[in-house]
Amino acid sequence: MSEADSDRLAAWTEAELDLAGRVLEVVRAPDPVLATAGARVDPADPVWVQLAADLVATMRVSPGCVGLAAQQVGIAAQLFCVDVSAHPKARTHHGTFVLCNAEVVEASRNDRAREGCMSVPDFTGDVKRASRLVVTGQLPGTGEQVTVATDAFEARALQHEMDHCQGLLFLDRVAGAHAVHPRQTYL
Amino acid sequence: MTSLYAVTVLGHDRPGIIAAATDGLAGLGLNIEDSTMTLLRGHFAMMLLCSTEGASGPVGPRDIEQALAPLTADGDLDVAVRPVTDEPTPGTGGSSWVLTVHGGDRPGIVSAVVGEVATAGGNITDLTTRLAGDLYLLVAELDLPAGADAAAVEAAIKAAAHGVGVTATLRAAEADDL
Repeated sequence: MSEADSDRLAAWTEAELDLAGRVLEVVRAPDPVLATAGARVDPADPVWVQLAADLVATMRVSPGCVGLAAQQVGIAAQLFCVDVSAHPKARTHHGTFVLCNAEVVEASRNDRAREGCMSVPDFTGDVKRASRLVVTGQLPGTGEQVTVATDAFEARALQHEMDHCQGLLFLDRVAGAHAVHPRQTYL
Repeated sequence: MTSLYAVTVLGHDRPGIIAAATDGLAGLGLNIEDSTMTLLRGHFAMMLLCSTEGASGPVGPRDIEQALAPLTADGDLDVAVRPVTDEPTPGTGGSSWVLTVHGGDRPGIVSAVVGEVATAGGNITDLTTRLAGDLYLLVAELDLPAGADAAAVEAAIKAAAHGVGVTATLRAAEADDL
């Protein structure tokens, strides 16, 4: 990974897409699309550029939402947005960004924490994830390949969204039979 | 000789059930060795294993039922007491797994999926199922016997889950040795 990649990602905003994002309906389990692995996308294709803007717009209006994957708006594709910059658990963060066809390069230092999901509103679960993460992916529009290192909550958010892109929910990764909990508070 | 009893308390939930039950057991000098309690859609469910070790005199099932009679006085709780033998589950030498199943609710999901576990000689050691709206969720911890083909078991489970319209994930249970 390079510092230039990290700076590039941090500098990215949805303004680069140069189109208005639409607020889409977030689908909930058991919608089968949430269990469907996404196809790779062409990051320069206008369809996916529009979806990138839509995901950011939908994330922005959803209270507490720090990431949204294509599956969550009903489309099985490898595309997601993240923004953990306002979250108290975030350490390293890169602001708002969208990645296409993201893949994990390195993952280490597992941590267990409780996760929720807009698509599974009634449960939370204890999930072990890498807290040091290197991910590579493409930016929508330009298709630039970026490889970025992150940690803590942004690493968790990235893994959660990348799981969505593979048709997996946090429920598929809970630590055991007593690791799923009814949600106590709704944002 | 130490005796072991399984005490089951089932019924309508209200504050103070555990306090009353354990107070009754403590009054007999019983020692609680293991317990589990949960709420199932607002219904209280608890099982305790308690031994007579430390009791001041002989204690039988009727003594325990009498000690817990205040719990059942309102008629909305049932208490059952039965003697059990102390049989810790021996280690199987196999492997431990976590199974997650989720999807649209319908009858037959649990039986279809856990049937494949049983066919493989697997033993479920913990199980939680939950229903929220249309979403049915099952999370189980299970042991597979030594030499079991985990990939084949996973494939069979996934096929059974697909047959009832849900998805399944089988992952090795992780234990951190510190």
